[in-house]
Amino acid sequence: MTSSRAAFAAILAKDLRSELRTLQSLPAMALFAVTTFVIFRFGLDRTSLSGSLASGVLWATLLFAAVLGINRLFVSEREEGGFDAIRLAPIDRTVLFAAKAAALVVYLAALELVTVPIFAIFFLEDAAGLGPLVAVLLLTDIGLAATGTLISSMAVNSRARDLLVPLVLLPLAVPLMIAATGATEPLLSLGGPSYDRFGTWLMVLGLYDLIFGLVGYAVFDFLLED
Amino acid sequence: MPPAQEMAGPAISVAGLRRDYGDRPALEGVDFELAAGASLVVLGPNGAGKTTLLRILATLLRPSGGDVAVLGCALPDEAWKLRGRIGYLGHEPLLYRDLSGRENLRFQARLYGIERAEAEARIEELLRGVGMERRADERVAELSAGMRQRLSICRCVLHRPELLLLDEPDSNLDAEGRELARGLIGSGVGTTRVVVTHDPERHVPEADQVLRLGIGERAVVS
Repeated sequence: MTSSRAAFAAILAKDLRSELRTLQSLPAMALFAVTTFVIFRFGLDRTSLSGSLASGVLWATLLFAAVLGINRLFVSEREEGGFDAIRLAPIDRTVLFAAKAAALVVYLAALELVTVPIFAIFFLEDAAGLGPLVAVLLLTDIGLAATGTLISSMAVNSRARDLLVPLVLLPLAVPLMIAATGATEPLLSLGGPSYDRFGTWLMVLGLYDLIFGLVGYAVFDFLLED
Repeated sequence: MPPAQEMAGPAISVAGLRRDYGDRPALEGVDFELAAGASLVVLGPNGAGKTTLLRILATLLRPSGGDVAVLGCALPDEAWKLRGRIGYLGHEPLLYRDLSGRENLRFQARLYGIERAEAEARIEELLRGVGMERRADERVAELSAGMRQRLSICRCVLHRPELLLLDEPDSNLDAEGRELARGLIGSGVGTTRVVVTHDPERHVPEADQVLRLGIGERAVVS
């Protein structure tokens, strides 16, 4: 068997190289997020947001932008039989799950690197909460990546893929979004960030990541069977 | 690269193999044995189950019934032991369209645990073998079907498999391509081979055994 670390690095590098070359996911995700911020800006008719409203706008936008990337996550494996190539190789198949989830974390981090500053320019009077927000973004990205990779692998061979991913993913992401918005709300309060229950929400996010990471590890091999 | 494993008995042993898709049997009553190093050609009309048989032997499909052993491993329970020992050439090239041919082969080499220097030498040798050394840095999406088939043949034999499972290996290849491919996957390479084909005149003379599959009929080995 090839070492899992080598196989993980090979699949992750392949995915990132493909995305850099074709730019099929990231620009669409970023454009969607920025457009949504513009719509919120004019729809809410507010030049600044804070607390739960700011948190809700941020996470609703990032979640739906993430769905675009999740939809395309396994397209390269479906086209030209890439799944078979992975199934024939002497590797632990859960490496594919880990590498795809890692690629999705990278996409989401890149998305946030572009869109969170734009969000701050559009809506925030005080950017002091953005520092601790990084921890929330990272933990939420890991949870979205674990759940999204699992759902995307199930949906990729379906003709209703574009419908199936949001239909299954969004209900599963509700606990994650509750924790993410709960952790973000005090960071974006008027008058600067506070840390009321911040640690508790981070632990909830971590627990979600752990549970869906373990579920993915346990069932992914089965999902790749015929 | 996985070491060749010692094997007693036939390379492939199939008894009473059955595969159903829902209620429809795709393959029924297939029995044959193939000795190590021998070559089997599988013939039959469209829908007879040739590709299904090959995918079962490649561990990509589970049999619905019967006993199948490949390179001493019982399927499907010991399928994991077989990974890396089989070279499979299917209808799909199993290449990523957005990567170049060389990048695809490097990726495969990493999946199969081949050391970098050895992989580079092997990739160059194979690309020369199929006449693709000058086109290997172009994206697969930009290559013709025949060029993709040549690359796919390189992918299939990159890790020096003990068993070659070839589904229509000549498809999309021109006369030059067929001749070049013969050097890598033809009967002369000495590897156990199962070849599915609609071109018996080309492949049967080189075969040690022929398996004829029919729709709704028992498979016949000759």
